[in-house]
Amino acid sequence: MPTLKIPTPLRSYTNGQTEVPVSGTTVEQAIQSLMTQFPPLRPHLTNSAGQLRPFVNLFLGEDNIKDLKGLDTPLGPDDILRLVPSVAGG
Amino acid sequence: MLPELSREEILRYSRHLLIPEVGLDGQRKLKASSALIIGTGGLGSPVALYLAAAGVGHIGLVDYDVVDESNLQRQIVHGTGMVGRLKVDSARTRLLDLNPAIQVDAFNEPFTSANAMKIAEPFDVIIDGTDNFPTRYLINDLCVLTGKPNVYGAIYRFEGQASVFFAKEGPCYRCLFPEPPPPGLVPSCADAGVLGILPGTIGTIQATEAIKFLLGIGSSLAGRLLLYNALDMSFEYVKLKKNPNCKVCGSHPEITGLVDYFEFCGVPGLDHAEGKMGAGWGITALQLAKKRKRGDKILLIDVREPHELAI
Repeated sequence: MPTLKIPTPLRSYTNGQTEVPVSGTTVEQAIQSLMTQFPPLRPHLTNSAGQLRPFVNLFLGEDNIKDLKGLDTPLGPDDILRLVPSVAGG
Repeated sequence: MLPELSREEILRYSRHLLIPEVGLDGQRKLKASSALIIGTGGLGSPVALYLAAAGVGHIGLVDYDVVDESNLQRQIVHGTGMVGRLKVDSARTRLLDLNPAIQVDAFNEPFTSANAMKIAEPFDVIIDGTDNFPTRYLINDLCVLTGKPNVYGAIYRFEGQASVFFAKEGPCYRCLFPEPPPPGLVPSCADAGVLGILPGTIGTIQATEAIKFLLGIGSSLAGRLLLYNALDMSFEYVKLKKNPNCKVCGSHPEITGLVDYFEFCGVPGLDHAEGKMGAGWGITALQLAKKRKRGDKILLIDVREPHELAI
């Protein structure tokens, strides 16, 4: 099962979980799986049209999925997806 | 023509002079160089201290806040005796005590589209030590439009990010984050808390990247985003690529001048001090106490988390 790493700012929506196992063979399915498990995350990740919000980035390994095949990027069972959010603190 | 070093300076910087990658010429380069630090808070503190100690000849400091006791847990350029003083004055005093041979310019004003170009003009490198999205986007756009490197750092509780956004050679901040989050989605340090030493780690990385850029040595964080987690003690990197459709550094830019973003961001751009409330929306604990004492009819909903209630 692929794993999705959750950054601190979003952990309050995943009951504090830092990594969430997700189902699916594409990034889109993985995100849907995450949001189905934790519905309050939905508005933070996608807009009403289901597209990733512009301040949310998803990386597969070191690569931004925008530089791969976007939400259609295929996922293997051992892949780790990482959410990288906008952070403003200083 | 690089400036000469005085006898005192040769002594002061002797441990730099011993490093072949810095040496006498590198130290003279630092003396001739300049850095603008936006924000003299958690990130700006270590950046300012290390750049001053390293002998960067001209440092600019931008902030409009005053030193508050709640700053001292992490904003190490300020001391208890400076509480209530302007942050830029407090920081300038400390930097000149550390290194009297450098020039420190203090700008006690918000960094806005109206003054950003003028303030930044003489500086070689810009360091983003702010705590809000509006200024982060302003700094990015300014750096893209003027061809200056933006040494970026940002923190949240136990996690930090750092990079160098240098649009001449790679991606800018907008390539990664085209737009800021809408209001309310991302809390600030004042709301969320931050481990005091976290900005020390990230700020020191920013100072390192600035020094490397000024010296022209090493491989920078340009094109990479460092993700630091203090709890795991992990440093991981992801690759950043230029977005050809970026609104400011892409091939057909929509943004060709500076604009202010106060209106649409979650974190107030001009009211970031601990204890202050956003204009019109918040009231202080003291104001609430007065209202309750007066017997005002109010509906009070306590939304504090258990750990906040324990304070």
